Amino acid sequence: MNNSNLSIAHSESDLNGKQKIGLALVGIGLLALLIAWAGAGASAPLAFLLVAFFGFAIGGLLFAHASYQDKIPGIKNNGVYHKSISARGIIAWILAILITGFYICLYWFPAYIEGLIRMHDPLSQVLRNKPADQWFTYGTFYTVAVLIMGIKFIYKYRHNTYQIIRTISVMCFQLLLAYLLPAFLATMNQPEAYFTYFWPLDSYALRPEWFGWNDPASVGMIGYIIIISGILLPFVVTPILTYLYGKRWYCSWVCGCGGLAETAGDPFRQLSDKSLTAWKIERWMIYAVLVAITLLTILLWVNHQTHNELLGSITEPYKKTYGFLIASMFSGVIGVGFYPIMGSRVWCRFGCPMAALLGLQQKFFSRFRITANGGQCISCGNCSTYCEMGIDVRAYAQRGQDIVRASCVGCGICAAVCPRGVLRLENAADDVNNRTKDIRTMHISKEGISIPM
Amino acid sequence: MHIAIIGNGISGVTAARFIRKLSDHKITIISAETEYFFSRTALMYIYMGHMRFKDTQPYEPWFWEKNRIDLVKDYVNNIDFNAKKLEFQSGSALSYDKLILATGSDSNKFGWPGQDLDGVHGLYSYQDLEAMERCSKGLKRAVIVGGGLIGIEMAEMFHSRNIPVTFLVRENSYWSNVLPKEESNIINKHIKENHIDLRLETELKEILPDANGKVRAVITNKGEEIACGFVGLTAGVHPNISFLKNTTLETHRGILVDNFLKTNIKDVYAIGDCAQIRTPKPGRRPVEAIWYTGRMMGETVAYNICGHPTEYDPGIWFNSAKFFDIEYQVYGYVPAEMPDEMETIYWAHPDGRKSIRLNFDKKEKHILGFNLMGVRYRHEVCEKWLREKTSIETVLQNLGMANFDPEFYEEYESEVIDIYNKKTNSNIALKRKRGLKGIFSFLKSNG
Repeated sequence: MNNSNLSIAHSESDLNGKQKIGLALVGIGLLALLIAWAGAGASAPLAFLLVAFFGFAIGGLLFAHASYQDKIPGIKNNGVYHKSISARGIIAWILAILITGFYICLYWFPAYIEGLIRMHDPLSQVLRNKPADQWFTYGTFYTVAVLIMGIKFIYKYRHNTYQIIRTISVMCFQLLLAYLLPAFLATMNQPEAYFTYFWPLDSYALRPEWFGWNDPASVGMIGYIIIISGILLPFVVTPILTYLYGKRWYCSWVCGCGGLAETAGDPFRQLSDKSLTAWKIERWMIYAVLVAITLLTILLWVNHQTHNELLGSITEPYKKTYGFLIASMFSGVIGVGFYPIMGSRVWCRFGCPMAALLGLQQKFFSRFRITANGGQCISCGNCSTYCEMGIDVRAYAQRGQDIVRASCVGCGICAAVCPRGVLRLENAADDVNNRTKDIRTMHISKEGISIPM
Repeated sequence: MHIAIIGNGISGVTAARFIRKLSDHKITIISAETEYFFSRTALMYIYMGHMRFKDTQPYEPWFWEKNRIDLVKDYVNNIDFNAKKLEFQSGSALSYDKLILATGSDSNKFGWPGQDLDGVHGLYSYQDLEAMERCSKGLKRAVIVGGGLIGIEMAEMFHSRNIPVTFLVRENSYWSNVLPKEESNIINKHIKENHIDLRLETELKEILPDANGKVRAVITNKGEEIACGFVGLTAGVHPNISFLKNTTLETHRGILVDNFLKTNIKDVYAIGDCAQIRTPKPGRRPVEAIWYTGRMMGETVAYNICGHPTEYDPGIWFNSAKFFDIEYQVYGYVPAEMPDEMETIYWAHPDGRKSIRLNFDKKEKHILGFNLMGVRYRHEVCEKWLREKTSIETVLQNLGMANFDPEFYEEYESEVIDIYNKKTNSNIALKRKRGLKGIFSFLKSNG
């Protein structure tokens, strides 16, 4: 198909005045970051911090407002596949390289981003009573991205109450529990705990050291809260909530990775691969990572109990390899760096052990599913295209079949973009074990046409 | 047995899929339009940049081989019904044992002067989309002729690229031969708030060329000349059967078929847009160029070919569309003009973009139809109420069950009931709100 002539860039030149001012301010913010990075961040941290922050915040919000507020509420996907940034064009590749480079520096060469880190000293002093390090810098970028792009997302979907509430939720969890609370704990000389990350996503949770068993006296009150929540969250709270609402309660309402994907990653959700081959790779990879982290946790405990006598020699290299390949390379560098190329949920779909575990429960023991509305599907493909997890939603919808997939994070965008009102996220206990069995499309039989129940 | 299917739209492809489910027959689908099946209703989203062409294809290329469905990209010039042979434009030929004609539609042209000029196009095929794309570069204004579903889609397409649109509608309100007055008005307003130059009660008289034979302007029946570089002809479609004229195949507007979708020639069937049912079910039209009926015919013809004679029965009417940002769903009988024996309850949201209408029988008080704008209702629930001729009061009390809007959306069912209560001096209340719980037992219950 000569589809290339159907994707000439049109929309780029159609920016209105306010959008241009917004982008210019973002550009100033970006410039401030560059200069700070080049070294000036250490000499005048506050000035650069403020210019960068307000450049991004005001510029970003102005752009979002100008893009959506004056338009009639509804699905605003015009030009997604005509724009370089959202259609794997040159801008997308440049952005991917920039983010990837930032992650590589962050994990392995923080000295190269010293200017950016120093720029955050004033903020770190206020929030944590100590100078910034690369992780505080990263956390600040991350949180600002979730907040600004979250507000943009809310503008975009302002007709959709589900999207608004869900987005406010991920913004609050990121800002309060994943950013301010750890900083506050730091001022109290407590460990910087992230209560939105727990086993198996947090590979360091459930480690013997966490439990302070080497030195029980050192575990303070906060320490006990961390330990108890570290056990309760994965083994009690998670199964209950996943049974009631599916994995969405975590993946698209709470999780920080999900939070970034749903906000900053939203312009890239259509880039996920929907092929059957991708689904096959997904199933192998994600469960392999779950096995790997389980094995790691077991190894650490065996080692601890046997004082490194059993398997002690392989545990440390194994831990290092997991940390390098999965925690850094996969979830960070590829997971976020490749947003503009592979979509916003590469890590969540192919790598996250938490998503794997929640997905198993969602598939086999949850009330959640996406229902298809009888025979109304026109197979247009909007649902599949905008599924960030690469689920071929249409394949089910056009047969009138409920969608029960381990990977579905319940973002609800398929239901939002459907032009015929075919999809609905729902929970019901009646049919937990046979949610996928009813095919309720219009069907012909000898008895005539009906929707079988 | 070799089954040849002409046309790879939803009808032909559904037929092929179900023949494969039911049998081991050899299946060949022939199309000159595209290599693979795509969703015709999604053409607009390609132009608007929501999707790429390949995203509109419901099946990946491996699907056809895996299901042993042969695809031939060629144009059928002639069918030798006696020899059971298809003759292609490329010069090759293909023999069949049974033939399914699923050739779809063509855009209507009513003999307007200039209707074949460069820059005049309908919107039905992939080639039409390519033509629109070609004409869009530097386009200053498009004029669209015909106030139906395709016309408004075309208006939305150009609007998405900030190309000004003048929309000529013959009737005094948009799609007023199908939509009741209030709903039609909602769409009129919505078209205008999207800055479309809507001209009601205006018809095309003539299309004027420039020196190169390209569209320059149109003249309306009111004598006005409107300069434009593109004219969209969207005044409906007709069965695409011109290549079948002057054969022994009986045709009228479409290919005439009986209730088992058989034509007058043995082993030849016709389905989808191109078929004309000789004796349609009460209340149904002989030619229905609709996605859903095409799909149902495809499934029915598969049963008939595979030895399970099944009458075509499209069931209770349903349809849907989206007008810019307003979704539309209909279930059952919702005529544009209210017949005497019909009573209606109509609720509209103050934002002017949502409405709910329930039609019921004045005498028997049972439900007849649902019409929704900007609100989603559940097909299965509405269908069951309609099939069982449930009383309007029972429907109203349980109306929440029909609501299919996303979680946390406001529910308007009790406002609908208020209108009914005021109108009939009744005092009924909503018993059920939205949600899947309860719907299962309702749908599985008898009577």
